[in-house]
Amino acid sequence: MDREAQAEAIREATAAMADRMAAEKSVLTDLDSAIGDADHGANMNRGFQAALERLEDADDDPATLVKTVGVALVSEVGGAAGPLYGGSLMKASGELEEGVTAESSVAFAERYLETVEERGKASVGDKTMVDAITPAVHTYKKSIEVDDCDPLEALGKAVDAAERGVAFTTPIRAKKGRASYLGWRSVGHQDPGATSTLYLLEELLEVAREHLDGDVETDAEADVDPEELAEPAAGGEVDESANSDGGS
Amino acid sequence: MKKLINEPDAAVDEMLEGMVAAHPELRRLEGTEVVVRADAPVEGKVGIVSGGGSGHEPTHAGYIGDGMLDGAAAGEVFTSPTADQLSEMIQACDGGEGVFCVVKNYEGDVMNFETAIEMAEMEADTDVGYVVVDDDVAVEDSLYTSGRRGVAGTIFVHKAAGAMAHRGADLAEIERVAEKVTDRVGTMGTALTSCVTPEKGEATFDLGEDEIELGIGIHGEPGTERTEIMSADEITDHLAEAVLEDLGVESGAEVATIVNGMGGTPLMELYVVNRRLQALLEDRGLETWNARVGDYMTSLDMMGCSITVLELDDELKELLAYPAETPGLTVTEG
Repeated sequence: MDREAQAEAIREATAAMADRMAAEKSVLTDLDSAIGDADHGANMNRGFQAALERLEDADDDPATLVKTVGVALVSEVGGAAGPLYGGSLMKASGELEEGVTAESSVAFAERYLETVEERGKASVGDKTMVDAITPAVHTYKKSIEVDDCDPLEALGKAVDAAERGVAFTTPIRAKKGRASYLGWRSVGHQDPGATSTLYLLEELLEVAREHLDGDVETDAEADVDPEELAEPAAGGEVDESANSDGGS
Repeated sequence: MKKLINEPDAAVDEMLEGMVAAHPELRRLEGTEVVVRADAPVEGKVGIVSGGGSGHEPTHAGYIGDGMLDGAAAGEVFTSPTADQLSEMIQACDGGEGVFCVVKNYEGDVMNFETAIEMAEMEADTDVGYVVVDDDVAVEDSLYTSGRRGVAGTIFVHKAAGAMAHRGADLAEIERVAEKVTDRVGTMGTALTSCVTPEKGEATFDLGEDEIELGIGIHGEPGTERTEIMSADEITDHLAEAVLEDLGVESGAEVATIVNGMGGTPLMELYVVNRRLQALLEDRGLETWNARVGDYMTSLDMMGCSITVLELDDELKELLAYPAETPGLTVTEG
């Protein structure tokens, strides 16, 4: 996958994420009204619509595109979610300057997680988006680096892990963010930030499938030269992964 | 609720427009809610900036001027400004020596400032330092914070950092002094009534006719305890003792104090509070070097006050005495 194709995949992923945020607006707002201030759905929707607009004039370079989405989210989402989603995406976009590869996508994902943790001063178990991002990023890295998965397969496993992370936020007590003020009353409610993170990752996976599925299957079934396969597949996947990470 | 407001959504924008119209030495960055000195950036000086939610006037833009802030960003009422606007402010106030940000400890403010600092470093290679002010001794964690809240003690940080920058100090020196003030300042407040936000148009919390809330924040967020109304002297004792205990100031120390109005408190009452505060400090063997009384960091129209005590040393006295001229605070030479 060359840089132009990577850029196209990032644009498609952003559009898919924007559609998803629009579709889930009231779901996210309902989750947030239970334990927060009831604006997460509207804020994320506004942010991704702004991101789409800003991408229209952005250069077809993966790092620039991801950074542009980050800046849009920082400017438009507001509150704490703006810097958490947008600022982390901006910072992690630096890992994609040489384009999207399996390697750079892992670096991107790790940098994204690290920035969210630092900025939000949150760890796993605090009932925040970190509970979705951490298992996703760890699973992605392990799948690629230890299990030798192709990026698409790794991303699929990462989304499954994020889903389990989101489920984990329901029965635990919030320790960070506005929900923490509710103390024990936050138990039994799913975290809105973890939920929106999962939605964005799911969209990333969908777009990644469209771009990488063919390659991957051919690879596995036809016993193609692995090196030939690895390049494009990694590129495509990283692209999406980067984008999704950013989004989440 | 009767208010001098046109549209709730337009209140911040219209306030800034009116403010700049009243003070030609200020200007607004086009398309933003950022106000800077008209002559910003000042070449050869570290820029000092702050920002946060609106509703605390004269905080923040009211402290822009010679000897204090170079710029301030106004968010929506009680809401952090966004990082992109903060980053624009930082870049607009960089006269080549870098920019120092005074941030109050609220999660949204801290996250947006941190992101803005990264943006300014990435986009313009600006050197940026910052301090997080957390002077409220009332609560450890609150609705909006991890750790203590940043409240009226922030004024002393603006003053000391602004004087340092005016004297030509570099970023590291300014940061040292800002940290020093933050370490030595404590504040606690009380509310007699709730504030009314433009958006909501009604009280943000219920307080009975004969009740007060102690340890209140500057957004109407809950304090430490709700009690029956007490006399001004009793309230003053309660607030001042909590602050002094937290600071651990020893007899013989020199202090600067602020009796700060929350926006809806008659000055008469603030002076009544200050009378008792000064008597109490004297009883403790503390010497008040400078006492301020007035609305410095408000909570819209809330009735109530906060008491701030800063333990001084020679350096801080010099910096507080350094001349400053801003809409919200003026210090003249001598």
